[in-house]
Amino acid sequence: MSRAGTGWSSRTLNTVGLAAVVSVAATVWLGLWVTPPDKVQGNLVRLVYLHPPVAWVALYLAFGLAALSSLLYLWKRTRSLFWDRLAAASVEVGVVFTALTLVTGTLWGRPTWGVWWTWDARLTSTALLLVLFLGYLALRRVPAEPDVRAKRCAVAALVAFVDVPIVHFSVVWWQTLHQGATVLNANLTPTIHGSMAWTLLLGFVAMTLLFTWMVALRYRIEVLADRAGDAVLEVTLAERWAEDDAPPPERADLEAHVPTGSPT
Amino acid sequence: MWRDAWLVAGKDVRIELRSRVALWQVLPVAVLSLVLYAFALGPGRAALAAAAPGLFWLAVLFSTVLAVQRSFAIESGEGTRDGLRLSGIDPAGVFLGKMAAVALELAVLQVVVWAGMTLLFGVHVATPWLAVAASALATVGLAAAGVIYGALSAGLRVRETLLPLLVLPVLAPVLLAASRAWAGALAHGSVSAGVGWLRILGPFAAAYVVIGIVLYGPLLETG
Repeated sequence: MSRAGTGWSSRTLNTVGLAAVVSVAATVWLGLWVTPPDKVQGNLVRLVYLHPPVAWVALYLAFGLAALSSLLYLWKRTRSLFWDRLAAASVEVGVVFTALTLVTGTLWGRPTWGVWWTWDARLTSTALLLVLFLGYLALRRVPAEPDVRAKRCAVAALVAFVDVPIVHFSVVWWQTLHQGATVLNANLTPTIHGSMAWTLLLGFVAMTLLFTWMVALRYRIEVLADRAGDAVLEVTLAERWAEDDAPPPERADLEAHVPTGSPT
Repeated sequence: MWRDAWLVAGKDVRIELRSRVALWQVLPVAVLSLVLYAFALGPGRAALAAAAPGLFWLAVLFSTVLAVQRSFAIESGEGTRDGLRLSGIDPAGVFLGKMAAVALELAVLQVVVWAGMTLLFGVHVATPWLAVAASALATVGLAAAGVIYGALSAGLRVRETLLPLLVLPVLAPVLLAASRAWAGALAHGSVSAGVGWLRILGPFAAAYVVIGIVLYGPLLETG
């Protein structure tokens, strides 16, 4: 990590960003123009290059990274605000991808199942996961000391992460309308071929790169926002002291103005 | 740890027995919800009986939020949380104690709400052991997850509004599994299907008890 804690250098960030944009564009090109329509699903099959990769990023990569970072923050030996910020960035991007998973899922569900929404286990648990991590973001917005907020959010992320395996196994437990795993089925033999398989693979790479880029950018914004907050505070304090043209007040004076009694 | 848990649970239960807030505020709301369900679904007994397991656990779910809020409200007074932290009591013990107290309150509440449901909706449990097993596992799960999130939001100015947002999605699997298990335990229900849902209630309860024991220490430091 270079540049004193803002994460990757601008050069690395731009390289990853460029790779993400190029691979997403290539996936779009291959998915819409090069690959053939499916025998059964026709052109609808083209959503397969988008929906599973987005879901993989949302359900496993983003929340997995958030849980791991939260764990590393809570573990005293590796405790550092780096992990807290990484978890926050990861959840925020993960929430966007989870929302996209649901949107692309409903777009697919309407023509294939005939309904926008079905109370299928996987759909329902993904929606729950979205609300769960919206709660994490709400908790993050509660003002607190950085280390208190980090600890609180780390616990919240870990507790919420327990829901992810429920999402994963739900399709097995509560078999309903949703189809089972295609690429990673029980005997690990993919059931799709040729250009379709390659495009799907590229889709996974593209979404992973996009996620990495967005998290790195979000991390940098988090660090800069903290720094800006500190700087604004210092400038404001200096201005107030200059206004009075008096030396900074003693701590005892400050405390005398704090109202007594605790808010309940 | 167990001795500490016993002390904390005793403290919480004693406060409830003396203040009777749970008895005169949480419980009546749960019973009131039965009447509200009837207003919402109409007076036909068939519709109410069909929805009874889900409505029952919905009442328990919302009561859990109230019980957890109450459980942490009694510690919001001057320095009580600091006192608890400085007392040298094992954080895991505090967690287990508070969880036990909430679980006990929820168990009492379930008995009363179910009695009301039998009376008002005319439903009967045909397989009591299944209903009791589902209830026991669900109650531990609800109390464990509830107390973790209660501690997480305790001391925050926005705790009343934040707690339901945080805890209800987590408790949703319990609502689903417990309702289905109870549906299996009712007359004309499928017992084997009901038993299957215990496989979700059991791991849920175990997972959140373990998480609570491990993470309650860091949580207490954030109050």
